[in-house]
Amino acid sequence: MWKWLHPYAKTERTYHLCQRLLPWFSLLGLVVILVATVWGLAFAPMDYQQSEAYRIIYVHVPSAVLSKSLYSAMAIAGFIGLVWQVKTSFMAMIALAPIGATVTFVSLITGAAWGKPMWGTWWEWDARLTSQLILLFLFLGVISLYKAFEDKQQAGKAAGVMAIVGVINLPVIHYSVEWWNTLHQGATIMKFDKPSMPAEMLWPLLLSILGWALVSGAIFLLRMQNEILQREIRRPWVVDLANKNAALRENK
Amino acid sequence: MAALMAILKRDLALAYRQRAELMQPMLFFILVISLFPLAVGPEPKTLQLIGPGVIWVAAILSSLLGLERLFRDDFQDGSLEQLMLSSTSLPAAALVKVVAHWLTSILPLIILSPLLALFLHLSEPMYWALLKTLLLGTPLLSLIGAIAVGLTVGLNRGGVLLALLLLPVFIPLLIFATSAVEAASMQLQYTAQLAIIGAMFLFSLALAPFAIAYALRVSQT
Repeated sequence: MWKWLHPYAKTERTYHLCQRLLPWFSLLGLVVILVATVWGLAFAPMDYQQSEAYRIIYVHVPSAVLSKSLYSAMAIAGFIGLVWQVKTSFMAMIALAPIGATVTFVSLITGAAWGKPMWGTWWEWDARLTSQLILLFLFLGVISLYKAFEDKQQAGKAAGVMAIVGVINLPVIHYSVEWWNTLHQGATIMKFDKPSMPAEMLWPLLLSILGWALVSGAIFLLRMQNEILQREIRRPWVVDLANKNAALRENK
Repeated sequence: MAALMAILKRDLALAYRQRAELMQPMLFFILVISLFPLAVGPEPKTLQLIGPGVIWVAAILSSLLGLERLFRDDFQDGSLEQLMLSSTSLPAAALVKVVAHWLTSILPLIILSPLLALFLHLSEPMYWALLKTLLLGTPLLSLIGAIAVGLTVGLNRGGVLLALLLLPVFIPLLIFATSAVEAASMQLQYTAQLAIIGAMFLFSLALAPFAIAYALRVSQT
């Protein structure tokens, strides 16, 4: 396994791996997300309680699911970078961070839009909402710490430490917030009584989660390539690549 | 061990000689708290309701102000580098520095807290609960804060960044501490909250020194 992984510590290898994976992720992701969204928005049955408004679930749930997985992925990448001193791992970490922040933001916005017709309020200091908001702050903290350093290697290490501190803290935040809310207003707590979903609703939801994951993967690959190129801009292979692309463009 | 004692003595002496600088977070603490009655009205009932939260938020903010001092001067005059090169273990030395910092810039805040409890009309059981949460919780602020200070010490403009990094991390502490005081105000048991704060404190006491040492090494390169 190590033999198989080691070459990817080299940025050039990783760049080309990203290049090869990108069409799979982007094409597949686009198709899946398109199918899932159309299915979910147009063909899935209407909810008898929430009528049409529940359909935002096909955006809200995938983004909420992804926000936490992206945070864990970012922290794992940071951890690998810190322990095994893999430079590409830090690049992966910082390529993931803005995607995670965006997805978290989307889940908050769609949640607010859903909350208005259902709960009658844009924002409720509900446990889940609050922990999602804190997650967004944690993402932004990691990003701004990374941006604050000139030396990107050092920045990667610092942001990695902060990502790990956040990941240790995340369950604590989650439970404390849940506890806090139930302590304050146990009676009015807004909780989804999740009706076990009928299959016609569940399938598009699962598909759209997959689609979101694939598209996030595609964006990650692009950002990763970008990051590699920016960091290695003076390396001969990057220069070669740039020259080759320029030649291709001229031939057209 | 002797080296660690020397670090402690040195830090305490330095803090004593920079009394004016130490006063600033304290004054900030009192000022922030006295703004609240002016802003929300002097009604004792309201003040009692928001009091514990206000004191804790003010304590977190003013500890953030003081935290920067923790490694900044040592980093700038190079004594931090000497500390790293010396044979003393860096996590232990970092822990000693955090202890000295807590003694010099957080403990005064706690000593001031009865005055603030009077300002905000806290009842006596509420005050005792507040004191206990402060005693258990503020070392946690210093320990976790020191990690972020270690990371940002080389940046020379850590102030706002430090707050951005640390405030989300401090949220659980804030929740448990204020709910302990609230429970006390209703004559309820609050040992559960204290136990959780204590657990978080011990957990970070075990791990934070290593994280601080690593953070300082990252900054030193």
